[in-house]
Amino acid sequence: MRRRFVVTVTAFGALTVLTCLVAPLVGSTPIRLSQVFNRTLSFADNVDAQVFFISRLPRVVAAAIVGSGLSLSGVVFQALLRNPLASSDTLGVAAGATLGAILAITFHLDIAIAGVSVVPLASFAGSLGALAIVYGLSMARRRGTSSTMLLLAGIAVAALLAAVGRFVQYLGDLTETFRTMQWLMGSLDVGSYAPIVAALVPMTIAFTGFATLPRVLDLISMGEEAAEARGVNVERTERIALVSASMATGAAVSLGGPVLFVGIIVPHLVRLIVGADHRLVLPASALFGASFLIVCDLIARTAFAPVELPVGIITAMIGGPFFLWLLFRRVH
Amino acid sequence: MALVPSRPLEWGSAPHPGSVARGGPCAPRRSLAGALCAPSLALPAMVVAMFVLGVVHVRAQASRIISIIPATTEMLFAMGAGDRLLAAGSYDRYPPEVERLPRVGALIDPNIERILALRPDLVVMYDTQTELKRQLERARIPIYSYTHRGLADITETIRSLGARVGVQAGANALATRIERQLADVRARVAKSPRPKTLLVFGRDRGSLRNIDASGGLGFLHDMLVTAGGADVLGDIRRQSVAMTTEMLLARAPEVIIELKYGRSDTAAEADLHVWDALPSVPAVRNKRVYVLQGEEFVVPGPRVVLATERFARTLHPDLFK
Repeated sequence: MRRRFVVTVTAFGALTVLTCLVAPLVGSTPIRLSQVFNRTLSFADNVDAQVFFISRLPRVVAAAIVGSGLSLSGVVFQALLRNPLASSDTLGVAAGATLGAILAITFHLDIAIAGVSVVPLASFAGSLGALAIVYGLSMARRRGTSSTMLLLAGIAVAALLAAVGRFVQYLGDLTETFRTMQWLMGSLDVGSYAPIVAALVPMTIAFTGFATLPRVLDLISMGEEAAEARGVNVERTERIALVSASMATGAAVSLGGPVLFVGIIVPHLVRLIVGADHRLVLPASALFGASFLIVCDLIARTAFAPVELPVGIITAMIGGPFFLWLLFRRVH
Repeated sequence: MALVPSRPLEWGSAPHPGSVARGGPCAPRRSLAGALCAPSLALPAMVVAMFVLGVVHVRAQASRIISIIPATTEMLFAMGAGDRLLAAGSYDRYPPEVERLPRVGALIDPNIERILALRPDLVVMYDTQTELKRQLERARIPIYSYTHRGLADITETIRSLGARVGVQAGANALATRIERQLADVRARVAKSPRPKTLLVFGRDRGSLRNIDASGGLGFLHDMLVTAGGADVLGDIRRQSVAMTTEMLLARAPEVIIELKYGRSDTAAEADLHVWDALPSVPAVRNKRVYVLQGEEFVVPGPRVVLATERFARTLHPDLFK
């Protein structure tokens, strides 16, 4: 097991490092690495360095954070709800984040706090609001509800939040609707490091939570009774899992918008490659999710240069067929 | 049927007395028309009477107009047909006289019931409002639908709308005046160098995220070029371009103009400091990043002259001292 872990993490880690190194060098504007690190020019005059450090590097880092956050929460939601179709939006967390952003855009909460505009902050607050509802549901669940109930209640919450979002959007005028649409398509052009630092705080808490989960998720995905029989505190584990996955989703969506397909496709791709053991699936999903979104964003910003595509279109168009191919190859 | 003069069939032809009588507007299948059939029975009768009396020009005139697009509402007022307006769109705010008019929705949410209840003889709408178009056609209410792309379409629309409404003289004078004033601006800046300009009409507050800029199509682009600027995104044949920081650095605009409209935004100037994050962009280095506020930048109507002049003043301050 230890050997498999080392091999898996090394392989996926190498892939992530490779994409992180290559992606900032490729883009619609040609830049030279020697020029980027040319110390004789001041930064204010060095366009190559600015393209590298202001545009591309934050973008690649943001893609890595969003990709791994969404992938990990996908893995956790799927194990917790024992449903292969579960993802960040299943319990309404992403819908809450989206609602927060729509409210901020429509009601012109146009202030900025420490270099982070209020839209991502409101979207994170929205995901926390949804988390509160989810948390309440998980408490109710202790009083005899099943995971199917939690799933159904989560879908109802998601639908409700989405409907409220559409209602608010309807109240707004055309420019606001346009900006909301744009936000919904997702963008990783964060333009500075402030939003990344802001997103790293909840993301670090979430990742710490995820780190305690691998073994117990394996047991829980076999069934709660089986897990409890082996000494797992199922209630506590579920709390940690729900809170961590919601925090990760909130941070990811507030940073890059709802690039949701990642949360379904990456965990399944990883499982097809490494198997179902969460001690492998969790780290591999974090690493693969990061490189997957970095590559998708690279395609989004270069395919139709100088115009860019929303990255969500690429994740679905590249990820979907790739996923199908892996799935059917395995069947034969 | 002999009473109906021969005329070309077109969008927005007047109520057809013959067919109204034949089908009966109260047929239960036509629910919307049916709901209003009692008061509108008077209309076909009136039209028939008018034709009998020989007032055959009735079609070329419109006296009960509803305009739901800000640009056409402004045009109608400016050409001298403002007193014929029965109602306006939700976002029509200019000229001040528009405030007294009832509102009947706008581009995406026209209120068809209120429109029908006002019994207009012409509804001026945007070409993409296909649902509204269909419903008004069914109710036999004439329409004038239009689209706007470039600056030239504005004066063209003024002329054809004027002809449709029956105020040709006012409309032609207005269109000619706009064309002359635009030509004046063009002549004034003709000899000056054209700075590479980026027109931004949307951005997240406090950051350089989600920047929307004008591409090489549309009236904003045309106004910029008329005002003596070179559109830094002119080669991208789109009305709006989602701009990234990388494109900003690569295209290096010499002037950046941020447009704000709608609510008056007092904090807009203070928010310009976010551009300092890109010090190699010439506009940032030379402190040529500006905010222009005003609805004339979003309404492709008669006020395009004002908007173009404001662009020219911003781009060539020395020529307008």
